[in-house]
Parts: sequence; C-alpha cells; structure tokens
Amino acid sequence: MEAMKETVDQSLREMRETFASGRTRSVKWRKAQLGAIIEMVKDNEEKMSDVLFQDLGKHSTEAFRDELGFVMRSATTALNCLDKWVVPRKSNLPLLFYPATGKVISEPYGTVLVLSSWNFPISLSLDPMIGAIAAGNTVLLKASELSPNASALLAKLIPSYLDTKAIKVIEGGPDVATILLQHQWDKIFFTGSPKIGKIIMAAAAEHLTPVTLELGGKCPTIIDHHSVSKDMKSVVKRISGGKWGSCSGQACISVDYVLVEQSFASTLIDMFKPVIRSFFGENPKESGCLAKIVTKKHFQRLSRLLNDPRVKASIVYGGSMDEEKLYVEPTILLDPPLDSEIMNEEIFGPILPIITLRDIQESIGFIKSKPKPLAIYAFTKDENLKTRILSETSSGSVTFNDLMIQYMCDALPFGGVGQSGMGRYHGKYSFECFSHEKAIMEGSLAMDLEARYPPWNNFKLNFIRLAFREAYFKLVLLMLGLTKGVRK
Amino acid sequence: SNVKEDNPASLGIRAQSLSVFAYVSVYVMVKVFQAADATDLVTELRRSFDDGVTRGYEWRVTQLKKLLLICDNHEPEIVSALHDDLGKPELESSVYEVALLRNSINLAVKQLKDWMAPDKVAKTSLTTFPASAEIVYEPLGVVLVISAWNYPFLLSIDPVIGAISAGNAVVLKPSELAPASSSLLAKLLEQYLDSSAVRVVEGAVTETTLLLEQKWDKIFYTGSSRIGRIIMMAAAKHLTPVVLELGGKSPVVIDSDTNLKITAKRIIAGKWGCNNGQACISPDYILTTKEFSPKVIDALKQELEAFYGKNPMESKDMSRIVNSNHFDRLSKMLEEKEVSDKIVYGGQKNRDKLKIAPTILVDVPLDSQIMSEEIFGPLLPIITLNNLEECFDVIRSRPKPLAAYLFTQNQKLKERFALTVSAGGIVVNDIAVHLAVPTLPFGGVGESGMGSYHGKFSFDAFSHKKAVLYKSFIGDAAIRYPPYSTGKLRLLKALVNSNILEIFRVILGLS
Repeated sequence: MEAMKETVDQSLREMRETFASGRTRSVKWRKAQLGAIIEMVKDNEEKMSDVLFQDLGKHSTEAFRDELGFVMRSATTALNCLDKWVVPRKSNLPLLFYPATGKVISEPYGTVLVLSSWNFPISLSLDPMIGAIAAGNTVLLKASELSPNASALLAKLIPSYLDTKAIKVIEGGPDVATILLQHQWDKIFFTGSPKIGKIIMAAAAEHLTPVTLELGGKCPTIIDHHSVSKDMKSVVKRISGGKWGSCSGQACISVDYVLVEQSFASTLIDMFKPVIRSFFGENPKESGCLAKIVTKKHFQRLSRLLNDPRVKASIVYGGSMDEEKLYVEPTILLDPPLDSEIMNEEIFGPILPIITLRDIQESIGFIKSKPKPLAIYAFTKDENLKTRILSETSSGSVTFNDLMIQYMCDALPFGGVGQSGMGRYHGKYSFECFSHEKAIMEGSLAMDLEARYPPWNNFKLNFIRLAFREAYFKLVLLMLGLTKGVRK
Repeated sequence: SNVKEDNPASLGIRAQSLSVFAYVSVYVMVKVFQAADATDLVTELRRSFDDGVTRGYEWRVTQLKKLLLICDNHEPEIVSALHDDLGKPELESSVYEVALLRNSINLAVKQLKDWMAPDKVAKTSLTTFPASAEIVYEPLGVVLVISAWNYPFLLSIDPVIGAISAGNAVVLKPSELAPASSSLLAKLLEQYLDSSAVRVVEGAVTETTLLLEQKWDKIFYTGSSRIGRIIMMAAAKHLTPVVLELGGKSPVVIDSDTNLKITAKRIIAGKWGCNNGQACISPDYILTTKEFSPKVIDALKQELEAFYGKNPMESKDMSRIVNSNHFDRLSKMLEEKEVSDKIVYGGQKNRDKLKIAPTILVDVPLDSQIMSEEIFGPLLPIITLNNLEECFDVIRSRPKPLAAYLFTQNQKLKERFALTVSAGGIVVNDIAVHLAVPTLPFGGVGESGMGSYHGKFSFDAFSHKKAVLYKSFIGDAAIRYPPYSTGKLRLLKALVNSNILEIFRVILGLS
C-alpha cells in the first residue's frame, strides 16, 4: 500500500505540474489526445472485444454497439465540435453598466479523477475521459477491478497512445480508491452505485471538490397496451433487446421492471417467450449472445433475490442458473411481492418482474413511491398519459416508445436526479461537466459616475435607485435638476 | 432590581429562582426547534410539493410578486434592521439589498414563462433516428437555503427567488448573526408568502444541524469554506446536490498604466463601501509593483479622505464590524508581530462601537494571518512586487478566490489574466459589479465554492433538466437485436461512422 500511496502522490504531482505548465489548455493538444483515443480504439478493437468477452461474456457486436463504437463516436464529436465549444460566450449587459462588457469562458478544473464501473468498462472509462480532455484537464482513471482484463488493457494501452504526463491510469479496488479519495482533486466523476456514491461525495466534501455521480435506480417501463396494441410486437422486441441484449440487464439504464394492466399480463408474457427464443435460441447459455453475470458475488446476490420463496413462486419464464458459468437465464416474474428485496433494490441482472395494475394510470403513483430512477420508459401513444408521466414523475430522463437509446443521443444530457445521481454528460455536456464557467466582466476607466461613491446623500441615493430601475429618462431629469426625488 | 440586597445566601436563592423562572418563560415563549419539528416541517412541505402546490406558473408568479410587495412596503424596516445588525448605511441597504432584490424579482417575473418552457433539442443522431427530443425543466422538490449575515436580505431572498421560480417548496434559514434581519425575514415571509410551501426557520448551530439531518432535494449555502464542507458532508448522506457560495481572498492587481484616481475610488467603494469589507467578493489585498505602490497608497489615502472625511471613525457611511468575535479576529490580525508596524494608514479601533478605521498596510509577511485567511473587514494589505508578472504566481499559490480584479489598460495583460487566473469570476477595471449582472453566472471554484446563480442561472440551480426522447415505431432495425452477426456488426459500424455509402451497401447486401 505504501508503494501505491507513493505512486498516487507522484502521479498527482506530475499531473498538477503538467496542468500548471498550460500544455493541456491548448486546443491542439486536446485534439491530438482525442484523435489518439480514436486511433487507440480502432487499432485495438479486437483486443478490446476480447477483454469484454473475458470479463463479461459480451458478444463482439454488443461490445461494439455499446462500447467501442460509442467511444469512437463520442471522441469524434468532441474533436469536431471542440473549436466551437471553447469559444467564450458573450453576455448581454443591462444598459446600466454601459460601456462594460461581459462574457463567460469555460476553464478546465485542473486535475480530475474518473472512477468507472465494471459493466461497460471501456466506454464508462473513456467517455468521461473524453470530456475531461476536451475541457483541457489532466485526468487519472481508475477502472473497476471487477472487470480486471478491461482494466489491465486500458492501463497498458493508454500510456502508449496518450500523453502520459497528463493522462494516467491506476488499477485496483476499494483500497486504491480510498487512497485516491484522500487527496484533493479539482473534480471527481464517478459511475456506480448510490451506496458508493455517498462515500465518494463525503470524501469530496473534505476538499470542496465538485462531483458528478452517475448512479442507478430501478428504471420502470410502462406498457400502455391500449394505445400501442398495433405495435406490440415491436414493444416486446425493444424491451427484450434492451433488457437482455445489453450486458444481461447489468446496466444503469436497463429496464428494471415492467408496469402493465392486469388484463394484458398473460398475453404479454406469451409474447415475450418467442422473442427471447428468437434472440437466444433454445439454449440461451450456449447462444454466445447473452453476457454473463460479472462475478460470483453478483451471481449470489441475484440468486438470493430469486430464492425468496414468494419470488420463486412468481417465476413464469426462465429461472435457471449456473454458478460455474455465471449464467442466469432470461427470467420473467409475474407480480412478485412488492415488499420483496427484488422489488426494492436495483436488480442489475436478467430478471424482469412484471407488475400488474388495474389501470395503467396507476403507474404514475407506483413510480412516485420509489426513489427517482435514472430513466423512465413508457410505451404509449396516449398524449394525456405522456403529459402526466412528464409532469408528475421525476427521473434523469424519459424515453417514449423505446429504451436505452437516450444514451446514444449526445444532444441530450445524460445524468440522474435524487438517488440516481447528480450532474450530467455526453456531447457538449461532457465538456461542460469538466469546466468551470468563469464570468469575465470588463469595465471602462474612461467614464465615471460620481453617484457611485461616498459620501452618500439623497441625490446619489435617488440616482442609484433610478439607475437600478433602468428609468433612464427620469435619471436624466434628476441630473438636470428637473426632479428632486423618486417614489420608493 | 429594587430589592435590597441582604445576605449572599438569600441572594443565591433569589438568583436560582429567577433563573428557573427565566428558563421556563423562555421555553414557553420560544418554542425550541427540535428534531421532530424538522421532520414535520419537511414532511409538510413535501406533501405540498407532491400535491402540486408549487408547480404552476400562477403560484410562482404570485409568490414572486409578493416578494416584490415586501420590498415596496417594508424598505424602511429592512433598512432599520440592517442598521441594527450591521450599522449599514441607508444607501447600501437600499441599493445593495433592496434594489438588487427588486431587479432580481422583476427579471424572474418577466422571464419565467421563457425559463419554464422546454428546450427543443436540435438534432438527434442517425443511430437513434427517427426521434425528437427536448429538455424539460422540473423542480427538484423541497430545498433548503442557508444564508449569511453580511447581506442578510439579499443572500436570503435571492436564492429563494430561484427556488420559487423553479417551482420548489423552500425552507430558509437566515443567519443568527444578524438577528434583527432574521426575525424581520421570518415575520415578512410568513405574512406574505404561502406558508404551506415557503417557511423560515430561525436559529443557530442546533437548528441548522437538525435541518441538515433531513433529506433535501437541494441545499443552497452562502458562507464560509469551513461550514461549506460540513454542509456538503451532510448532503452526501442523502445524495443531495449543493450550491456552495463561499469566499476567499480576492486579489486586486494594479498596473502602472491605469487611471489611478478612478482605480482608487472603485476599490474604496468596492471594499469599505460594501459592508466595510465584510463581503465575499471584497477586494482582499492589492498586488502592485514596488515602484508604483507609493502612488497607489497616495491615491487611496486621498480618496479615502474624500469619501469618509478626516475622521473616518465618525463617518456614517460605513457599516460597523458585525460583532465582537469578528472585531477581535481583525484586531488580532493587526496586532501580529511584523504586521502592526506595516500600517501606513488608519489602524484606529474602538471595541465598544465595533469600529475599525479603513486601514492600509504594506508588505506584511506572506505567511501572516492577514495574508493567510480571508480578511472580511476594513483592512487592506498591499503586497509589492519587483515585476507585475509575479502577481500570477502569488495568486496561483493561494486557494482559488471568488473574484479576482485587475486594473490596467494593457490588452495583453487583460487577456492573460482572464485566461490564466482561476477564480469564480474576473472583473477588469472595476470591483464587484458583476454581482449585479443577471446574465453572468455568479459562483466560485475550488475553495470559493461550486455552482452558480443570478438571473436564469438561479432558475437552473434549482431545476432538474430532464432529457425526454420521443421515438416512433417506424424503422425497427433488425441490427439492434440478437442474434448478432457480422453483417449486423458492419451495419452498426457504418451507422456509427455515419457513412451513408457503406450503409447502403450493407443494406443491399443484407437484403
């Protein structure tokens, strides 16, 4: 541990020196690093796919879609837009301040820490780094030890492609994180669970370090079967693809549970079955298209959730598990008890509870009774229901008639609220996430108003009152002595 | 008391009964704020919020207009309370508290409809086509505003304006160090605003601690960095986002090519003319060259006399020091060895009246108390440099301040300063004015804070910007779903690279 402490100290020192030298401020440097990230992913696509398969059993297509392609797109966007993003924004000043001018410039925070999660170890590491670099910071990455091959690959590749004096990687688990958190950072970006998020924020508080916390929650999916009956096949496909086709449900924006009217439940379940089979064949374990559960510990957690006898009794599809292969079959539950563990913590696995309601309108109240999730999904064409969902529930985001793709749309801010997190990123928001918006105001030494200065008297008081009200005409009258005072 | 003192024993008994009587009276008269009260308060406000009381445009505008009525109908009382608490001159109270608030409210009323409207998002990408998107502003819920003692009305109501415009229920805890203002705020807000959603809790450490144990949807704090840490730590327990408006040592760099008369006037008005240096963006210390320093001192002396006369201790145009704790703190700074002999102007003190004269010092040791912590008072150290260039290192070696000031005509210096000095905000050729500009975000960085407000930034500070994506059922591409194949992978790659030609080729190939 002493060696690790020394490494951290040294790394921080070097990054701070590099930042102080101004090297990372140059747009040219930032673009070079972003270009290098694209190159790094392009050159090592196969290696990256391999480690994602080793750590998570991800198919290379899934790996590309969710991680590699995503990162390349993100870096390309930053590269193309950087010139625009770094331009200071002019602010219009009220006439009162003439001839002063105002603007806001985005300034890098300095030395930032990125702590990423194991479920999308490449993209959740590189994407925030892209934001940090685009904004001109030096950055240290600690990837998750639960995806050790991905973490090791990043630790190996990043130094050979990127500026090692400014961008560093440290590997390790909670003990390394603890050491890192004892130091002062200019910003911390964390992706993970709310429980750890609290620890991160408390550690950051010691140093008044601003944080972005991308956490999780139980993302509900509302199916308003009345209004989307025509497209129900698509609905089921999208839900299935979103749930089981992306890291086996181990994603912060995964569908956690479905809300549907009682009358439609059994039809719905019957529609899921052929879709699941078409995706994963008769034996999903051998399909090669279903990611595995990341560790034995998580497997045992899911096992425990399912082994609750009342929950077990609600299984209507799937349910088989293989601890050795870290495999959990795509599983559907029908109305597990609402006080069971599985309905009170983020599932983060391939188990899908279907909760039935008498009327789909009740879904609003149901969602409100739980902590604010990262995303709410609703399959509906009913404008009233859409409005109610938007105005009566709160979540990081809302997506109508699809799932997960809000993640891909980098014109939209991606982040949580309440228990699902604070701060946001993607696209320009990544740049802003790692920037301090500094106001710059410039006054003129040419003109001066006596009324600004003591000793105070009534004239000056009235002058300033009128000036604040922007009552310029009355102001002129006052100065000409044509009016004495002003009504308060 | 009229009772003749007899012997110590009966004195003792009388004293005891008096104190018991006093304790009981106080307990009965002033309901002690306890944990259950804090919980009940938040529960009640949350119920109001859940019932939708604060969400509608009408409610928000009505509350804002009521705040305006407070400004219109009660300015004399506000001025009087500020005079009681801080000895604040009428002009400062009228201008820097009431008028600024009035402007802030008027702006919010005028712009609220705009602010509340969703932002349309220009384009969604090819991979998510066809879709449309927008960003919806929604209130966070029940928020806590903790304000400071130096501008008790401004720093209480300005954040509350943001909270209300954004549609939240809000609890305000004003500073106990400005008690007249605190109780006036409690009285007026209760009288004018909707108490089912807006409340004031008066008190000190105990009450604040009880409030901080609750779960809030946002906490907005103005005050010191030390307490800022405590606030953020408490917020972490509930994953509550915070805005911390803290302070720091705001430096003023003076270049020899500046108009010295105007520079001196602006510094004086910005320092002693704003609550006698007790402001978060007060010019804390000056950096200038050894050569230019005598001229700076002369200009300051001249203008100080013009503003406050030959006997500034008698001037009514300056606030007093807020209390004896702060007086003693500032006294200690002045009395430190190697500091006390650096005074070149002022230095007079009067503990009974809580007054310290405008005091200028030159070249105090850089590790002295006065150069290590935020002064927050009427003392102005001048640090001289061989070369003005050295100012960058001096500023950089200290925690990031809330503001940094530069007086110069040199364009290159202005640009370098704006770019390389990290502070909440930078003002060139003036002092503090950026606080009054609603189109500039006002907030700190590093030790001086996080988050910002004023104008629309206040509305944003208390809102959650919710991303909303509308998708249709057209175009359900098979490439999205398992089973995965190389063909699907190629198409995905082409889509990601937005390579239209490749997309067509692959689609033709697939079909």
